[in-house]
Amino acid sequence: MIRIENVTKKYRGTARPALNQVTLEIEKGEFVFLVGASGSGKSSLISLILREEVPTKGLVHVLGEDLVRIPSRRVPYFRRKLGVVFQDFRLLPNKTVTQNIAFSLEVIGRSRGLIEAAVPDVLRLVGLEGKGDRYPNELSGGERQRVALARAIVNKPAILLADEPTGNLDGATSEGIMSLIERINLAGTTVVMATHDKAIVDRFKKRVVELSGGEIIRDERGGSYRAAESGGES
Amino acid sequence: MRLGFIFGEIAQGLKRNVSMVISVILVTFVSLTFVGTAGLLQLQIGQMKGYWYDRAQIAVYLCTAIDPASSCPQGAAGNDIKKAVKEKLDSATIKTYVASFEFEDHKQAYKHFQEQFKGNAVAKYVTPEQLPETFWVKLKNPNDSQIILESLGGQAGVFEVRDQRSYLDQIFSILNAASLAAVGIAALMLFSATLLISTTIRLSAFSRRRELGIMRLVGASNFYIQLPFILEGIVAATIGSLLAAGAVVAVVQFFVQGYLAQQVSYMSFIGLGDAFLIAPALVLVGILLAAVASSSAINRYLKI
Ligand SMILES: Nc1ncnc2c1ncn2[C@@H]1O[C@H](COP(=O)(O)OP(=O)(O)OP(=O)(O)O)[C@@H](O)[C@H]1O
Ligand SMILES: [Mg+2]
Repeated sequence: MIRIENVTKKYRGTARPALNQVTLEIEKGEFVFLVGASGSGKSSLISLILREEVPTKGLVHVLGEDLVRIPSRRVPYFRRKLGVVFQDFRLLPNKTVTQNIAFSLEVIGRSRGLIEAAVPDVLRLVGLEGKGDRYPNELSGGERQRVALARAIVNKPAILLADEPTGNLDGATSEGIMSLIERINLAGTTVVMATHDKAIVDRFKKRVVELSGGEIIRDERGGSYRAAESGGES
Repeated sequence: MRLGFIFGEIAQGLKRNVSMVISVILVTFVSLTFVGTAGLLQLQIGQMKGYWYDRAQIAVYLCTAIDPASSCPQGAAGNDIKKAVKEKLDSATIKTYVASFEFEDHKQAYKHFQEQFKGNAVAKYVTPEQLPETFWVKLKNPNDSQIILESLGGQAGVFEVRDQRSYLDQIFSILNAASLAAVGIAALMLFSATLLISTTIRLSAFSRRRELGIMRLVGASNFYIQLPFILEGIVAATIGSLLAAGAVVAVVQFFVQGYLAQQVSYMSFIGLGDAFLIAPALVLVGILLAAVASSSAINRYLKI
């Protein structure tokens, strides 16, 4: 589903690579936490999977596409099979909740009928029934992230990429978002989530990939936020 | 749905940079009006050429008493010379090219001169003897003038043989230069219109960068992202070029036909038919220009 081989990513004008010889394979339906200190390369890895960036060296295969060779005109069609959420929500402030979600369907040319059916469905799924006519600034942070999640999954993506989705939320609100993401995962969507939230990682006991200085230093199933004192590494 | 959505985006973009859009409209309007005027001038020159070339004749000026001895050694042309020239024009070789010819004596020349320079001081001092007697030759084909120039140019008692078209060519080359200058100015203005359209589109893209980021994130195709911007540029330029087309038609209707044609009745002028030839071309140029300028601008802004 996602196969990254010997990937090195060096940004222009930087001496040290953001990712160094990274190899990682993620199967369909998996739930993967990306952890590591600030600047360790988590967001860089996600932007490679999204094809926002191309690797300096190495291979990136996602959903059967070779993201190094894919022609740029095919990139949009590739992205339609992915859902993304970020720490900063990325909602349009001058559009309502419903319009924000509908916008992402309109720009990929979905029909009015499909949009009118899908938007209330997904709002119910994320628990925002009755709030479709609110503007983002009339919502709490947790509610905004629910809107972003609704937008990410309304097109039924095969993969959900989440870059610190709970970074701006308090503990209780984060729990709500996480149980939503878990439900999305249980429905068959592969989830890759970068996070600094120890409590969440420790509680979910999913696969944990730890980065440090652009290299993978731990890849553990049923892992926790910190490596166990003795052994536990694989 | 898709169409409604795209039109909504265009309307928003146009509303967001009203002042830039207005300046695009004005610049395309003014520059295309210049282009159109240059086109009209060219058509007018063509028309005048046809009109005047048809009437242009060859003048065979005979020697007068005051011509210098270098070109007229035997002094004023006498009857023998007039007869020789006339015989030559009537000769079989030349006659085939000549449609008709007329002789103008000192008296007639004086009369025409007085008419032409009425009120001018020079009219008072000139005497009939100073004005040359002239054979006015009209050719079947005006392009054959060289034959007359050669066969009568060296004739004794002939001061000069002159094709009137050589005067016309001077006038036309001046008019041509004027229309070329108009084309030059128009080219400069079209260039600035192109730059202005690019800047406007980039500004519009910048003010919508949040939407653009999200569109790319959810997988909107490049075409879908760019279309509203390109159409935005085209809409503005189309308004400008329609105004220019209107201006060109108005200039012909109210200035050329309504004023010039009344004042200068002996000349023929371009009509509305010519204006309607140029107007659609202007609109086409405007649309093409905007399409190229705005699509290259948005392409550079969005390079994926
Ligand atoms: N666009 C960029 N241009 C240049 N350098 C960059 C760019 N993006 C990231 N970097 C650098 O690459 C390294 C890895 O950054 P990255 O954003 O992947 O870290 P991260 O693990 O997501 O950190 P955080 O936890 O703070 O989000 C950092 O040293 C960063 O400065
Ligand atoms: Mg990051």
